Amino acid sequence: MSGGAVSNDLLTTADGTPLKVSLQRALRRSRIRAFLLVAPLLVFIALFFVVPIIDMLYRSVENTIVEKVLPNTVVALESWSPSSDEMPPEVVFAALNKDVVKGFKDKTLGRLARRLNYDKPGMSSLFRKSGRRAKRMKDVDFQGQFLKVDKKWGDITTWALIKRESDPVTASYFLAAVDMRYNENGEMTSQPEERQIYVNLFIRTIAMSAGITLICVILGYPIAYLLSILPMRTSSLLMILVLLPFWTSLLVRTTSWIALLQTQGILNDLMVLVGILSDDGRVQLIHNKIGTFVAMTHILLPFMILPLYSVMKTIPPSYMRAARSMGASPALAFYRVYMPNTIPGVGAGGVLVFILAIGYYITPALVGGQSGTFISNFIADHVSTTLNWGLAAALGVLLLTLVLFMYSLYDKIVGINNMKLG
Amino acid sequence: MKKTISAIAAAGVMAFAANTQAADSLTIVSWGGAYTASQTKAYHDPYTKMTGTKIVNDDSASEGLAKLRAQIEAKNLTWDIIDMVASDSITACDEGLAMEIDPAEWLAAAPDGTPAAKDFFDGTLVPGGTNCFIPQIVYSTTFGYRIDAFGGKKPTKIADVFDLKKFPGKRALEKKPIGNLEWALIADGVPAKDVYKALDSKAGVDRAFKKLDTIKSQTVWWTKGAQPPQLLADSEVAMASAYNGRLFNAIAVEKQPFGMMWDYQVFDLDGWVIPKGVKNLAEVKKYIKFATDTQRLADQAKYISYGPARKSSAPLVGKHAELGIDMKPHMPTDPNNAKTVLNFDYVWWADHRAEMDERFNAWLAK
Repeated sequence: MSGGAVSNDLLTTADGTPLKVSLQRALRRSRIRAFLLVAPLLVFIALFFVVPIIDMLYRSVENTIVEKVLPNTVVALESWSPSSDEMPPEVVFAALNKDVVKGFKDKTLGRLARRLNYDKPGMSSLFRKSGRRAKRMKDVDFQGQFLKVDKKWGDITTWALIKRESDPVTASYFLAAVDMRYNENGEMTSQPEERQIYVNLFIRTIAMSAGITLICVILGYPIAYLLSILPMRTSSLLMILVLLPFWTSLLVRTTSWIALLQTQGILNDLMVLVGILSDDGRVQLIHNKIGTFVAMTHILLPFMILPLYSVMKTIPPSYMRAARSMGASPALAFYRVYMPNTIPGVGAGGVLVFILAIGYYITPALVGGQSGTFISNFIADHVSTTLNWGLAAALGVLLLTLVLFMYSLYDKIVGINNMKLG
Repeated sequence: MKKTISAIAAAGVMAFAANTQAADSLTIVSWGGAYTASQTKAYHDPYTKMTGTKIVNDDSASEGLAKLRAQIEAKNLTWDIIDMVASDSITACDEGLAMEIDPAEWLAAAPDGTPAAKDFFDGTLVPGGTNCFIPQIVYSTTFGYRIDAFGGKKPTKIADVFDLKKFPGKRALEKKPIGNLEWALIADGVPAKDVYKALDSKAGVDRAFKKLDTIKSQTVWWTKGAQPPQLLADSEVAMASAYNGRLFNAIAVEKQPFGMMWDYQVFDLDGWVIPKGVKNLAEVKKYIKFATDTQRLADQAKYISYGPARKSSAPLVGKHAELGIDMKPHMPTDPNNAKTVLNFDYVWWADHRAEMDERFNAWLAK
């Protein structure tokens, strides 16, 4: 009984320190050790995941370019208001000349012109023309000289646009991402109907991803069940059949679907041969929604089968036998005893497939035609072709928010802890 | 023991680093497929044989402008020369991403002494008023069709593309409004010189889309240059717009049963752009001077049917290097093919591209 003297209110260890304190000290050491083990991964995720996402969030509202390229104009416009219905005073035009001359020399004008062009077509050539002529302008009557370069300088909406976009942050990218825009008076209205794309595309992306997830569940569940009840040898062989396509390149699989499904392809040829279709009545199975559904289900099925298989493997067969022995019919036993135990697997597979499907880009681009493309195709288009990175970032932020929202919905309904991968 | 290992490792790393720094290689970005193959045979291989410099091909020219901007923003330039179409080079020049080129300094004169600035076709060195572009070739986007698709009838004008009764079958069009809107208006009866004036008004744009509506359900939309010849070969479509060089390759090399319809072909220029801040400037200058001289441009025409951008190269265009067919009749600039040409208005599209893209995508998505 040398250690552990029990005092009236505190337990202490052999050297007299309270048990609580020395326990915490010991725990702290192991906690630090655990943290150091995870630290490389934390740094990796922070650097290559969190930082780019924050950068994207920033780009979706960042608008410092107007301030940077037209500093004097922005300051001079502070005292002017578009609702006054008058042209900005001469001092604004003088400031504009100074900025445009410098912008042309430093080659910063081009990007600004492009940015303003997203909101008002015609700005691009307006600034390019002005850039070239600004240096040769005389020091009096800048207003008249600018109007001679292009009539658009006399249009109040041009100046309203510049004034409105002088802030370092702008909502115009987010507005465009939900098919809205600022009208001439600076109010938010919806885009003309012929230019509305993104809202429909978001709806289409989510609906199709949900559909693909459902089809994957329906197709994957029986396969996983079969794999889990067969003896090990047969099921390993069959598992290779599941994994082999998984290991084949994505692009190869997608293009082979094109060969199979096109109107002059194998499936149509077969149906014409058998007589189901006439030669002129070939069915369009690709370059539309059907193509996207088929190809993406094929690609995402292993992601559903594997978690389901792992979960089903852990369900003891004695449960079903017990249920049967108590008088349940096979169907009832399956429904009341077996299925609830597989919900975590369905949840894991479903979340995986859904989130992958929402972000998919290559497959819808190749086989989706015009009705089967996803929002990610447009984001990619804005990054590589139109170079409207602000809009791409805004669309990306909206997609991220949507996915997080769906995830929290899933958490409320099914419960995140109710998800097992094996 | 540990010290020797770390010393050897350090030496190895330094040697490796020094090796990769060697200025004996150029990274050249282009479009891949038959086009890059023709550049390799006409420019890269002779240059490597002449100087020993290795040339690394990167096939990402379709995202060239975006990647260039990203590289320059990240201050990590890995490319030396980029193949761009003229409209992209205008953007790159305006945004300060490309170097300005002085033709007298960078480009070789013609064999008869004409300075480069006069030897290249008028306006090609200064598209949209910028001077960062070194033109190589004139290519056109035009229509190819399956010879066996229309029972012997041949489409000869743009209106035939929109005539589903006389020329039944699917069409393949590029998934961009550029070109398609102009063709729709011409097919609808607008004279070619008034096309852009018509497109300036909302009524004109509506008219173009209405005309496109008549074939929308029968159209497959392509995004990469290799797709339209493939769609024609698979008989997926009966008529397809495509880059003329790819169609030539399919007809002459792969012996596909296609015909070409040159009515209102859309001319465009493809050329070199030098990124600002490029590392091996001296090597790049040497390469450009070699690869854009009269003989080289004529040589590229031996492998693909794109017209050289130099006047002095035209008489040197000879036979195809492997097939022996005379290339002149296959050039987009040949008088037989260039009876009607649609001149692409860079400035109009620079202003209206974003707006038209959105309208086009919304129309596609319906």
